Amino acid sequence: MTEQLRDAATAGGDVRLTGIGKTYGDFTAVHPLDLTIPQGSFFALLGASGCGKTTTLRMIAGLEEPSCGTVLIGGQDVTALPPYKRPVNTVFQSYALFPHLDIFENVAFGLRRRGKKDVKKQVEEMLDLVELGPFARRKPHQLSGGQQQRVAVARALINHPQVLLLDEPLGALDLKLRRQMQLELKRIQTEVGITFVHVTHDQEEAMTMADTIAVMNSGRVEQLGAPAELYENPATTFVANFLGQSNLIPAEVTGRSGEDLLLSASGVRLAVPAARCTTEATRIHLGIRPEKITIAHASETVPDGRNSLTGTVSDSSFIGVSTQYVVRSEAGQEIAVFEQNMERDTRITPGAPVVLHWNPAHSFGLDAAQAIDAGTGEEAA
Amino acid sequence: MSRVFKWIREHLVVLAGILALAYLVLPNLVVFAFSFNKPVGKFNYEWAQFSTDAWTNPCGVADMCGSLSLSLQIATLATIGATVLGTMVAFALARYRFRGRAATTALIFLPMAMPEVVMAASLGTLFLNMRIQFGFLTILIAHIMFCLSFVVTAVKARVMSMDPRLEQAAQDLYATPTQTFLKITLPLAAPGIAAGALLSFALSFDDFIITQFNSGPTTVTFPMFVWGASQRGIPVQVNVIGTAMFIAAVALTVAGQWIGNRRKARS
Repeated sequence: MTEQLRDAATAGGDVRLTGIGKTYGDFTAVHPLDLTIPQGSFFALLGASGCGKTTTLRMIAGLEEPSCGTVLIGGQDVTALPPYKRPVNTVFQSYALFPHLDIFENVAFGLRRRGKKDVKKQVEEMLDLVELGPFARRKPHQLSGGQQQRVAVARALINHPQVLLLDEPLGALDLKLRRQMQLELKRIQTEVGITFVHVTHDQEEAMTMADTIAVMNSGRVEQLGAPAELYENPATTFVANFLGQSNLIPAEVTGRSGEDLLLSASGVRLAVPAARCTTEATRIHLGIRPEKITIAHASETVPDGRNSLTGTVSDSSFIGVSTQYVVRSEAGQEIAVFEQNMERDTRITPGAPVVLHWNPAHSFGLDAAQAIDAGTGEEAA
Repeated sequence: MSRVFKWIREHLVVLAGILALAYLVLPNLVVFAFSFNKPVGKFNYEWAQFSTDAWTNPCGVADMCGSLSLSLQIATLATIGATVLGTMVAFALARYRFRGRAATTALIFLPMAMPEVVMAASLGTLFLNMRIQFGFLTILIAHIMFCLSFVVTAVKARVMSMDPRLEQAAQDLYATPTQTFLKITLPLAAPGIAAGALLSFALSFDDFIITQFNSGPTTVTFPMFVWGASQRGIPVQVNVIGTAMFIAAVALTVAGQWIGNRRKARS
C-alpha cells in the first residue's frame, strides 16, 4: 500500500499558485498570492481564523472558485477543473464522514466513483495502515473522535492523490490526542511521501509537523520558511507575536559599531546585529524571545557584551519546567521572561529589583511602522 | 399504606403512559369490536351479536369498495405528486437564495394555516370559473396542493440540518454532481422525504371537506361514502375497512421500528 502511494507521489505533486486571489463583493478574503509547494513536502498554512488560509486550501481543492490567478498541480493547470476531476483529496474539518455509510464504504467511496473493481483488498490494507481494520462495519458515529479522524485520512489517502489537503484536521480533538495524531500524521506523510498541505491556527502544531510554514494574516502571506527560521528571524511583528511569544521594545537607532546597530530604548543603551534588522528605519521594535533572557537579582553583575535592562518583577508563575516572570522595565514596559527551573534565585519574587540580560545576537529588529501588538490576539481592531 | 404510595410512585410514569395510550387507542378498539357486530336495524351503534359476516364479505355494500379504490388511487397519486414537487421546493428553499424566496416560504404554509373549508370553497370557485370538469383530476390537484406544504416542511427541516460539507467531500472524492445527489444527498434526505410522503398519504386518504367541494357526481371517495352512509346507517363493512387501515398503519410503524433497530444492532 505505502509503495503504491509513494509511486503516486513521485509522479510529481508540485502545487503552484500564481496570482491566486478571492474576493466576495467588497471583501478580499485572499489577496493575489504566489506560492510554490514542493512535491513531497509537509506544508502548513498558519494563521488566525479569517486570515484566508482555508479559502486558499479550498481553491486548491476546487471547492472555491478563485477570483483571479491559476492553480497548477504537477504542472497541470487545474484552475477550471471541478473538484471531482482534480488529483487532490481533502481531510475536512470535523471530517465530513458519510453518516449513512459504514467505515468500509466511506473509505471505498473514492475508488468506487472512479469505477475501480475489487476495492476490498485495498480498503482493508488502508484500514490496517490507520489501525482500524476491526471497525470496517461500524458507522462513523460509533467511533471516537480520533478514530473518525483516521477514517477521514484513510478515505483521502486511498485514492493516491498527488496532494493531500488537511483543513484543521485536529481541531476537534483534545490536547493529548491532538499531540498523538500530529506525530501519527507526520509518520504517515513520511511513509507515503505525498505532498501534504495543512491548514491550522495552532502555531505549535504547524511547527511540530511542517517542513515549511506560510504565516498568513488578513489574506496575505506574511512570511514563508522553515519553522526554526520563522521563529528565530520573524520578518514582521505579526509573525514575531503569532509564532510563539516576543518582547518588542520600541527603540531608536543611534549609531553603528562594527556589525552592530546601537540603540536607545527610553535612554537605555542596547545593541542588535545589523544583519538581524529587517529595516533601514531609525525607529525600530527590538525583539527578544522570553526564553532567551536571563533574569538575575539587581545586585548581580552583568557579563560584558550583553544587552541589559533593569526592572522590578511584577508577576511570577511557576509552571513546572520553567517559571514565567513579568518584569516592568525601567523604560516602563512589561517584559516576559521564561526561566528554566535549574538554580532558582529565591530572591526573585514579585517586587524584587532585577536585571535582565541577553546576547544581542538573539534579538532582532523590526520596522516600528508596524503595529507592535499585531498577532497577539489583543490588538486594537 | 406507605407501601402502596411507594408502588404508585415507582409506577406513576407507566400508569400515565397506559392511560394516554388507552385514550388514543380506545376509539380504534371500538371500531374493531363493532366490525364483528350483527346490528339489529340500520344503525351499528348497539352490540347485538357476534358475526364475521362483514369480514368475509367486505365489499358486500354497494359502491363502498369502488369509493375505497378511488381514495387509494387518489392518495397514491397525490403522495407521488406532492412528494416529488415538495422535495424540489424544499431543496430550492433550503439551498438557494433567489428573488421571492421569503414570499415562497411564507406562502407555502398557507394551506396548513388556512381554514380548510375556506380553501375548499375558493378552490371550487376557481375550478368552476376555469370551466374545469369536477372529478378525479380536480380532487387530485386539490390534494397535491394541500399535501405540498407538509412535504416541504418535513423535507426542508431535514435538508437544513444536513452538513453541506458532506456533499463537498463526495465531490472531492471524485463523485460527479449526479453521483453526489444519488449517493449522498438523497439517502441523507430520505427520512424527511419518507415522513412527508406518509403524511401526504394519510391526509389525502381521509380528506373530506376539500374533496366534497371539488368532486364530481361520479367521484365519491371513501370519506364521502362514509359521510353519505352515516345518514342512513353506516354499514359494518366500514368498520372492517377502518380496522384494516389501523392494522396496516400499526404494522408499518412496527416494521419501521424493527428495521431501524436491526440496522442499529448490526452496525
